[in-house]
Amino acid sequence: MTAVLELSNITKRFGALTANEDVSLSLAQGEILALLGENGAGKTTLMNILFGHYNADEGEVRVFGETLPPGKPRAAIAAGVGMVHQHFTLAGNLTVLENVMLGSEPLGRLRSDRASSRRKLMAISERFGLPVDPDSKVSRLSVGERQRIEILKAIYRDARILILDEPTAVLARPEAERLFETLRGMTKDGLSLIFISHKLHEVMAASDRVAVLRGGKMVAERKTAETSPAELAELMVGRKVERPVREDQKIGAPVLVADRITVTDDDETKLDDVSFTVHAGEILGIVGVSGNGQGALGSLLSGLIHPSQGTLTLNGVDAGHLGPRGLIEAGAARVPEDRHAEGAVGEMTVWENAVLERLRTPEFSKSGFVRQSAARAHAADLIKRFDVRGARPDTRIRLLSGGNMQKLILGRSLAIGPKFLLANQPTRGLDEGAIAAVHAELLAARAEGAAILLISEELEEAVQLSDRIQAIVKGRLSQPVMAADVDSRKLGLMMAGVWEDSNAA
Amino acid sequence: MRLERRESVPLALVTTAPLAAIFAALLLAAGLIGAAGVNPLTAYAEMLRGALGSRLSITEMLTRATPLILTGLAAAVAFRARLWNIGGEGQFYVGALTTAWIGHSLGLPGPIGIAVLMVCGMAAGALLLAGPAFLRLRFGVDEVVTTLLLNFIVILFVGLMIEGPLRDPLAFGWPQSVPVDGDYRLPDLVPRTRLHIGLLFAIAAAGVVWLVLTRTVFGVETRAAGLNARAAAFAGISLPRTIMGVALVSGALAGLAGAVEVMGVTGGVTTTMSPGFGYAGIVVAMLAALHPAGVVAAAIFVATVFVGADAMSRATGVPSFIADVIVALSLLTMLVALLFTTYRLRR
Repeated sequence: MTAVLELSNITKRFGALTANEDVSLSLAQGEILALLGENGAGKTTLMNILFGHYNADEGEVRVFGETLPPGKPRAAIAAGVGMVHQHFTLAGNLTVLENVMLGSEPLGRLRSDRASSRRKLMAISERFGLPVDPDSKVSRLSVGERQRIEILKAIYRDARILILDEPTAVLARPEAERLFETLRGMTKDGLSLIFISHKLHEVMAASDRVAVLRGGKMVAERKTAETSPAELAELMVGRKVERPVREDQKIGAPVLVADRITVTDDDETKLDDVSFTVHAGEILGIVGVSGNGQGALGSLLSGLIHPSQGTLTLNGVDAGHLGPRGLIEAGAARVPEDRHAEGAVGEMTVWENAVLERLRTPEFSKSGFVRQSAARAHAADLIKRFDVRGARPDTRIRLLSGGNMQKLILGRSLAIGPKFLLANQPTRGLDEGAIAAVHAELLAARAEGAAILLISEELEEAVQLSDRIQAIVKGRLSQPVMAADVDSRKLGLMMAGVWEDSNAA
Repeated sequence: MRLERRESVPLALVTTAPLAAIFAALLLAAGLIGAAGVNPLTAYAEMLRGALGSRLSITEMLTRATPLILTGLAAAVAFRARLWNIGGEGQFYVGALTTAWIGHSLGLPGPIGIAVLMVCGMAAGALLLAGPAFLRLRFGVDEVVTTLLLNFIVILFVGLMIEGPLRDPLAFGWPQSVPVDGDYRLPDLVPRTRLHIGLLFAIAAAGVVWLVLTRTVFGVETRAAGLNARAAAFAGISLPRTIMGVALVSGALAGLAGAVEVMGVTGGVTTTMSPGFGYAGIVVAMLAALHPAGVVAAAIFVATVFVGADAMSRATGVPSFIADVIVALSLLTMLVALLFTTYRLRR
């Protein structure tokens, strides 16, 4: 097979940081290549160089044998390279057809030729099995459908090589599986693909070949058929990583009880008649496709919103209207879904973030003044106990990597020895090493008798950590099932909302 | 070319940014001075001499800097919490009017009366900003609009009062309010000049504001709310309470500026007593990068330009409006400088 794309000896530095060092890579006709690496390994930088967003300091890019001029995305497009970014670049107020046409028409033209564009789009859609309605507004489409539009847009511009940056980051499992099936079909039509990922299972399932980046260097290339997830994990992290295993233990008394809670906001029902119980020493997993009420459930248990109907009790005391500080005083700890938006104030220091929730307690303030030395000492203690790398009490928290920031937020929550812990997507966006560390902390808190509610979109994670699992669909919760008794098929059905039928039967 | 966020901002850059901004503003204004047919270097030399050339001119400059420090602090406190208080001018005037009105016939001994009048001026300024803050919290009304428009309402109200109930019968028809009682005039700091001890109050206020912002629970919570409102709310910080607290402090500082100006300089209130202290306070706060210590330095710069421009105008014939141009330009150049302290240019 001939190489359609070759990167040779690419080096890219940002100041003192070397993002890519002497990286070479080639892609064969009709091949699916997975570019695997942890966050910060240089995957996205490499693809941005290929696509002309960045200039490489050294090295060159050849497409179909021709060298691409550096720093010219248009040249890359003209050569047949298409890129699907992690964050979509679609205009929500335009239709699918308009989005696809946008930017591919000469500016000087007075009337856009919709009819022929529509024909071309529909032809591509049929040929590659990517069904779309060209006239629906993009803002009404689901994320999966939007991604399909991004792919169509690239092919519409005659891309022969497609690069997908973390294509499954926003997709639920079934959507992701469907995407990879589609991609597989597209290679039969002569397209060549590179997808960026840090998820081992999808690399194993979908690629022909894997290239592993670590610390900006290409550390290994493997035929997918000849490797294993364990080997890839070790190559990616540079050492052996094993996720901790949940051990059976006796479950204690109920700690957090939600009884028929309904939450409405602006006449919209966010949670609908939801009941669950979390016991001491137990992890209750809530699984579901994103956007089915996890956000409202997280806000409810964080004290940011309150039940419209029903009751929430923590250790027998009403907790539905306590607010964040009241909940914390009552022994609850919260790890928010989005650590940058809710978990931390990026421009503030580690110590300020470490005590922000408990600033008004006597431990950290006295007659209105902050007890800075106590707060700094507390932060230093958290950094040590929870292995937060690259941090000192006075470091601004935005300089920490995602995993280390998460360890600090988790540490801040666990330091008070909480009776109840909300862990909302605790490992989203983290790499293998950090995931293992977060899992170990959650299991340690469980062993100490904390009642933990885990909201996760990662099925493996939910099954590995949880004692019992409930699915959330359109704001409603399924009956709990024991994690030991479920398989992925049953969970898939639960997440699709079929439990009511099965219960009735 | 694109902008890339700096990993961390070196201290040297933070301190040189305002100086670079001021230099750039002076360079741009030099073009205008040149267009007026005067050598810019001569003009700037005259300006320096007019503001700093003699004992008297220095005291004049510091007299002018006193209210600017306070209105600058008012803007800095508010902006840190993302409360866009553009109403410093109005708060200055209500502070001044309240002080003159109550101070005209307050039967208290000197020092106590002065303290009471300061509190009254602060309360008036705080209440004036509490309105827009409430409207923003309750109905989402943009405080930029409400605070700005209130300035005009307040100044017209001041005009009404000094034409009517508070008119000074001894002013021979001059539109001026009754003056504060002589007991409540602030003592001179330097004898036989206009410089009064209000300057010390202003500097002390800067110190207190610094202490509150960096050392207190209120200060840390305010900063968190300004930098990331969602994270602050998640941590249990009440945003309405923070915003309202900040509004009261900011309004009080601007009101104090008015009270101090009346007791220290003018005695009574006129509708022209402020050459835009409230608006210039915004420039002072920005030049100071919202830091209380920087506010003092920036206020001295702005006062130097204002006082020096008058002298320069007399000596060279360049209109003294050039002072407003320089101050406005330095706000714009400072905004650019702030951009480059946070980001760096990459190609």
